[in-house]
Amino acid sequence: MLDPTQPSAISVRDLSVGFGDKTVLDRLSLEVRRGEILGLVGASGGGKSVLLRTIIGLIPRREGCIEIMGQPLDRSDPTAVHAIGRRWGILFQQGALFSSLTVRQNVQFPMRENLDISVTLLDELATAKLEMVGLSSDDGKKFPSELSGGMTKRVALARALALDPEIVFLDEPTSGLDPISAGDFDVLISTLQQTLGLTVFMVTHDLDSLHTICDRVAALADGRVVAVGPIEQLLVSEHPWVKSYFHGDRARVRASAHN
Amino acid sequence: MDHPTLTLEAKGGPATFVAAGHWTAAHSSSLEQLVGSLPSAGTQGQRVAIDVAGIERLDTLGAWLLERLLRHYQAQGQTPIFLGMPEHFRGLLGKLHDVNREPLSPHEGANTLIAALESVGRATVGLKGDLRCFLEMLGAIGASAAGVLFRPRSLRLTSAIHHLYRVGWQAVPIMLLITFLIGGIIAQQGIFHFRKFGADAYVVDMVGILVLREIGVLIVSIMVAGRSGSAYTAELGSMKMREEIDALRTMGLDPVQVLILPRVLALVCALPILTFLGSMAALYGGGLVAWLYGGMSPDIFIARLREAISVTHFQVGIIKAPFMALVIGIVACSEGLRVKGSAESLGLQTTTSVVKSIFLVIVLDGMFAIFFASIGM
Repeated sequence: MLDPTQPSAISVRDLSVGFGDKTVLDRLSLEVRRGEILGLVGASGGGKSVLLRTIIGLIPRREGCIEIMGQPLDRSDPTAVHAIGRRWGILFQQGALFSSLTVRQNVQFPMRENLDISVTLLDELATAKLEMVGLSSDDGKKFPSELSGGMTKRVALARALALDPEIVFLDEPTSGLDPISAGDFDVLISTLQQTLGLTVFMVTHDLDSLHTICDRVAALADGRVVAVGPIEQLLVSEHPWVKSYFHGDRARVRASAHN
Repeated sequence: MDHPTLTLEAKGGPATFVAAGHWTAAHSSSLEQLVGSLPSAGTQGQRVAIDVAGIERLDTLGAWLLERLLRHYQAQGQTPIFLGMPEHFRGLLGKLHDVNREPLSPHEGANTLIAALESVGRATVGLKGDLRCFLEMLGAIGASAAGVLFRPRSLRLTSAIHHLYRVGWQAVPIMLLITFLIGGIIAQQGIFHFRKFGADAYVVDMVGILVLREIGVLIVSIMVAGRSGSAYTAELGSMKMREEIDALRTMGLDPVQVLILPRVLALVCALPILTFLGSMAALYGGGLVAWLYGGMSPDIFIARLREAISVTHFQVGIIKAPFMALVIGIVACSEGLRVKGSAESLGLQTTTSVVKSIFLVIVLDGMFAIFFASIGM
């Protein structure tokens, strides 16, 4: 399925982003290949979410170039923005579900705006998406305020997948979930990624997610990507931050638990 | 060839449908029509084949429509099968094979008349809850205020002063402007109509009594309900939504004491002051109009005003002010605490808070009017 002649899913070159006189991202470059799950790690407050939000166009960049599926991202052209919005889905850290709509309406919202289909088919598709992320059709009647943290994440994922996007951005998908739910969620992401052929860009702190589902991991430190590659490659990286990240106390406890 | 197609090929044997093209969301409406106008495929018990080898792209929407086709023929007692399924579609179709197995509950299309009656009924029953909520908040504020009397140090003085600054000091310009204009309008109307029977001097009596007894306090209360009551509801409501109030409670603090009492106290202090300032501005506006429009010199206006009004009129107005403030504060805070998780409910409760407090302020004003009339004030 992977075609080397096709452009990468996301290509970021020499990207600089800052607020005031503080520079958060400093000439950062990163490629995300089609059909892979890329995990992004970095210190808290180190600019992971800033990178994600810059790629999806929520934060203006100072300089640099971002291409999605080979197309340069240009916020000034509304039709291009609309077209690109159909090709990606975003799972925000807190879910960002529309609180005045039911779960089903939340999932239907992007479809209702973009597709010209009947109400019956909308209902069937929304239920299909909800069942694909492991919820029941009864959950569709609930409001976001009635959901648990794990369910919120699932609904947000269903909404992100509503238009069958090619790229899915996940901002800390497993944070705030218990280890069992987090594991289930990882499996879910990986299954959906395989069935739907998604490209996944995932910001995470979950070492288990990095080990189990990420094809490649990128480490962000000092505003740059200091290491990128399969997890095995990062484990032997000599960069001091990457070393302390993967060989700190918590990582060691995890590693010993696995062995 | 992008456009999706679905054609029936009957070659003597089992009916074969050939699907081809892009079965994706981009062609959603034509796909739905294709699958919706299903031709009947032969007699009972026959095999129906759906040839999917020609499909170039498939997403969830396309896969679901294929699955729907499959179920449609199954329901007709036939045995549908997929032919030439590419390996990379297998996972997606397999996933969709399991979904939507339970029938969807139909959309509730209620009778509009019954729905209208139901909402009237619910609102009527809801009144009891509203009253209870109001009394509970009054009780909670009373208990908290009594607690402060015994332990004055537990009063959040800084917070109260901060709110007094916001609802009192910062509200002064707009209150002065509005009441000034209202005073002027009353004087103009009075002069215009009283002049017809030569009674334009009595406009001073009308402006003086009306402003001091009723209009001053009423206009200021309505403005405060719209300006500060709504802010209280929205603040407390978003705190409730973000679980800040629960956080306070778990720290062993009483939200009524920390959040509500300072706010209500600030309102109770601010409203009499604003009423006084507003009344003065209204009299000033009335006097200015009487001078410029009615040709009554300020000296005469003041002299007539002295004769027309007494301290009683002023007292009647100003006594009402703290009660109005209490009603506005209670309604604003209790509606704020009734906010649920959604953004919509925040908007709804803020609207309710303003509408309800303005309504109650006017009702209370009417009851005060009866009361003062019967005690001869």
